[in-house]
Amino acid sequence: MSEPGPLGLSLRAGLVLFAFALAFTTLMALTYNATKDTIAASTEEEKMKLVNEVLPPGDYDNALLADYVEAPPAPLLGVDRPARIFRARKSGAPAALVLEAVAPDGYSGAIALLVAVRANGEIAGVRVTSHRETPGLGDYVDIRKDRNKSRPWITRFNGLSFGSLAEARWRVKKDGGEIDFVSGATISARAVTHAVARALKYALENRDKLFSAPSQSRL
Amino acid sequence: MSDSVYRDIAYNGAWKQNPGVVQLIGLCPILAISTNLVNAVSLGLATILVMAVANLAVAALRNLIPYEIRIPIFILIIAALVTVVDLAFNAWLHSLYLVLGIFVPLIVTNCIVLARVEAFAAKNPVWESTFDGVMMGVGLVIVLALLGALREFIGAGTLLSGIELIVDGAQPVQILPADYPGFLIAILPPGAFFLLGCLIAGKNWLDARAAARARPVRPPAQSVPT
Repeated sequence: MSEPGPLGLSLRAGLVLFAFALAFTTLMALTYNATKDTIAASTEEEKMKLVNEVLPPGDYDNALLADYVEAPPAPLLGVDRPARIFRARKSGAPAALVLEAVAPDGYSGAIALLVAVRANGEIAGVRVTSHRETPGLGDYVDIRKDRNKSRPWITRFNGLSFGSLAEARWRVKKDGGEIDFVSGATISARAVTHAVARALKYALENRDKLFSAPSQSRL
Repeated sequence: MSDSVYRDIAYNGAWKQNPGVVQLIGLCPILAISTNLVNAVSLGLATILVMAVANLAVAALRNLIPYEIRIPIFILIIAALVTVVDLAFNAWLHSLYLVLGIFVPLIVTNCIVLARVEAFAAKNPVWESTFDGVMMGVGLVIVLALLGALREFIGAGTLLSGIELIVDGAQPVQILPADYPGFLIAILPPGAFFLLGCLIAGKNWLDARAAARARPVRPPAQSVPT
């Protein structure tokens, strides 16, 4: 082969780069196809495990993950995209709503929550699903990082309702409310407390609409 | 290939050219993740895997890659392989993925991978390159484990917190009394810099001591060649 000119060189380089891009994109596409069903199944399982933490499996008897409505973005939930709200039913009667909420005002960004609200307006359970709070300080809002294993902070909300605790008292004690916090890490507790109260308010305001909408519909 | 080649690669990765305390590349994940021992070692193990795979692939393809455009091709290969490893982990080793999973995409930002591909795998045969990737990863694990353990111990007074997520029934070790208030700066990013500095100083001190011992006691002129 004769020595190629500059044009030939760059053409060759471009072709080689194209060939590599094609080969490795194919590799990624094949892997994606081979793994996507397994990944979807384990994601589903993960979700179910998380739902079981906020709502005891014995409290409902429907296929919870299949019975959802797509709710439009709601400021009360802190989400800016349509959110799935899952509906738990016991013998057909409304049992609880499981909704995702976001506390936008965590110490280092948003704190994502999963909140289960029973049909009677009580909180069944709350879990932090993702956060970036300071390790060892504000991360006690995440039950796995809470050093108080016997009575983790996040379980404080279990069984609470606006009936048992007036809406205005849903604040950390430092702000004149009823919710404990770990001193030095008020911001995380405050953000979660406010977000849970807002999610509860949203669930109460939309309860009937949410339960009566057909499954997998958009609200 | 002789054993001494592999021995040199191992010594380079784990000590002489240790990526964490000598080459000082890949600091971004080191400083971000080494807040406790379990996270640090988990990131290190994921890095070993990615470096071994990346070095293997580049060494196998090294004769097909034109010199002028090698860097974009390396990046393409590394990014694609990390994606594949991430997906495969998620699908087939899900319990492990829950622990290491969040670290795997982070590794693509770790320039130690690109550095070894460019400095070693692009010029060396396949198995040596794979071994180099593993040993550089091991060197990183050692530094990460030390840094993670120190930061966790000083910052929170515990060791192995989070182990219960990996091994069922295992419990973190509380070393300092439970009412230890914690020393937050060790866990925050500045603490990582301080302690990494101490580790580098410690390594240099050990090297200097070893060099002083190796120096002949009598002047070299009088030493007898063996």
